[in-house]
Amino acid sequence: MTKPPKTKRSAAAPAKPRPDPRWHLRLYVVDQTPKSIMALTNLKRICENHLKGRYHITVIDLLKQPRLAKGDQILAVPTVVRLLPTPVRTVIGSLSDIERVLIGLDLRAAD
Amino acid sequence: MTLLPKCPTGIQGLDEITGGGLPRGRPTLVCGSAGCGKTLLAAEFLVRGAVLFDEPGVFIAFEETEAELEANVASLGFDLGKLVRQKKILLDYVHLERSEIQESGEYDLEGLFVRLNHAIDSIGAQRVVLDTLEVLFASLPNEAILRAELRRLFRWLKDKGVTAVITAERGPEQLTRHGLEEYVSDCVILLDHRVNDQIATRHLRVVKYRGAQHGTNEFPFLIGEDGISVLPITSLALNHKVSDERIATGIPRLDAMLGGRGFFRGSSILLTGTSGTGKTIISCNFAQSACRRGERTLYFSFEESPNQLIRNMSSIGLRLEPLVKRGLLRFHSARPSLYGLEMHLATMFREIATFKPDVVILDPITSLMDSGTPSECKGMVTRLIDYLKAGQVTSLFTSLTQGGAALQQSDSAMSSLMDSWILLQDFEGNGERNRVLYVLKARGMKHSNQIREFLISDHGIDVVDAYIGPSGVLTGSARAAQNSLEQAAVLARQQEAAQLEREVSRKRRALDRQISSLRSDYETEAEELRRIAEQVGTKTRLLTTERVASGLLRQADTKTARIRVSSRNGRSH
Repeated sequence: MTKPPKTKRSAAAPAKPRPDPRWHLRLYVVDQTPKSIMALTNLKRICENHLKGRYHITVIDLLKQPRLAKGDQILAVPTVVRLLPTPVRTVIGSLSDIERVLIGLDLRAAD
Repeated sequence: MTLLPKCPTGIQGLDEITGGGLPRGRPTLVCGSAGCGKTLLAAEFLVRGAVLFDEPGVFIAFEETEAELEANVASLGFDLGKLVRQKKILLDYVHLERSEIQESGEYDLEGLFVRLNHAIDSIGAQRVVLDTLEVLFASLPNEAILRAELRRLFRWLKDKGVTAVITAERGPEQLTRHGLEEYVSDCVILLDHRVNDQIATRHLRVVKYRGAQHGTNEFPFLIGEDGISVLPITSLALNHKVSDERIATGIPRLDAMLGGRGFFRGSSILLTGTSGTGKTIISCNFAQSACRRGERTLYFSFEESPNQLIRNMSSIGLRLEPLVKRGLLRFHSARPSLYGLEMHLATMFREIATFKPDVVILDPITSLMDSGTPSECKGMVTRLIDYLKAGQVTSLFTSLTQGGAALQQSDSAMSSLMDSWILLQDFEGNGERNRVLYVLKARGMKHSNQIREFLISDHGIDVVDAYIGPSGVLTGSARAAQNSLEQAAVLARQQEAAQLEREVSRKRRALDRQISSLRSDYETEAEELRRIAEQVGTKTRLLTTERVASGLLRQADTKTARIRVSSRNGRSH
């Protein structure tokens, strides 16, 4: 994992492509429930549409790794956490409302 | 029939009220407004459980971080960090920031369940605290999902078999702001923090306890140096043992009025009177006499500082300072308004527990009464008396009667709790005020019904003889006047008797003189008579002798002559 370059970003500023913007997303789920499957499917689709080739998704099943819930303060599942680029952003739910996911992960700016 | 199993909290008084603790294996809701001690109660539940009952516990904090929590409960003497290291308590801070969270689509709180489950299993916890769940309502946007999940959570906690305490903020119209009482139906405890007359008091009430009897009253509780203590009054039983031993009051004649031997050990004594009637002096006298017997005395003074008391008492010959230095006497002075009634009570309990006195004096209890409502005060005094009686500690309470109030009425709230009641009073009249005392009641002993005057002099207190005049009891100079009147009367009678005695003895002497002069007269005459008789005898003998002689001369028959002489003896001349 490479450290992202220090770039000033804001919603108001016009988006310009940054050099090597790696996106690191982490999806927390509990078990293979329909909600978690739907969330992963939705997340993959959004990433393919907006971040093709620039993203990396880790899926964490809390049922298998309950310890990890504490680190990212996970209560609700499914939760997707944007670890990179900073700051950390969190979206909860099955990610069915794509518009909200884009706002939540600040993907519009990345486009 | 099986009773609901209880999980003792280890919190002083709470287990008494709930009849043994919280419902085991079920969630309990603790609700109250901000700053009323919800978190501390929950934390103490866990700490006591881990320390006293060997039941590990999990604390899920939604508001405070682990470090903050540790620091907060450290003020109550709980070393949370140590218990965490010993794996007896697990702290988990759940942080949620709504601004960082975007919601998209359906979700559930399985993450919380997983965390909780993991925490519980990792230390084998039997107790769980969720403080404060309602933060979720502020952090998570979808209330419908949240409510459904909370319902599932409480069900899950029950299935897990842990005894849980869930705290919640008090709402404006319901017990909790978000209606959590809907979900937690087994036990609901309401905490309250009220300010009365600028003095804040905390109260605890068990609103609901399914399947168990519980005290439904509002009980004052306080957060002291050693945690929370709830002060249940109504659940106290009257079953303390009693002593037959009697202890002197320090005033011999007052002892005499109390059946000759003073108060019972371990009894409660009330000393009432208007201001300046000598309540403190009698109390100090009692303290001194107890200390002289080697008994430890604890003196709670709510109006005077220890130094002032010592100085004032030395003016009447009570030397208290050496007793303080020897560690027999201990003063504890605090302004009544310093803190609330419960805090005073807790402070007193702590002082009593550490000093272990034989005699406790509260001077005056009435100034403490201003810190709360009459019923609270009565409750407090009841609690204190019961505590002291259980330890066979004799207690003396002084009570100031306000001017104008009926002497017996003003303390009606307290008097029934007292075993002995001594009333001090001012008698006005004759241009002076004089102090009197009488025993209004003394349970279990014969006592004097007299009103007695008592004097305060350089040598302490002296109860003097009662003088009953036509207008009632005579006191002060009236008593002195009566005294001298009676003495004058006695003197007059004595003088009269002496006069009479002198008269009689003079008469006796005159009589004696008369008798002796008569006797001497008589003796003179008798002497005369004897002399005459002697003279007559001599003459007769001479005559006879002469006759015989002449007869001899005439050579008469001797025999005849002798007979003749004898027969004619009387008329011979």
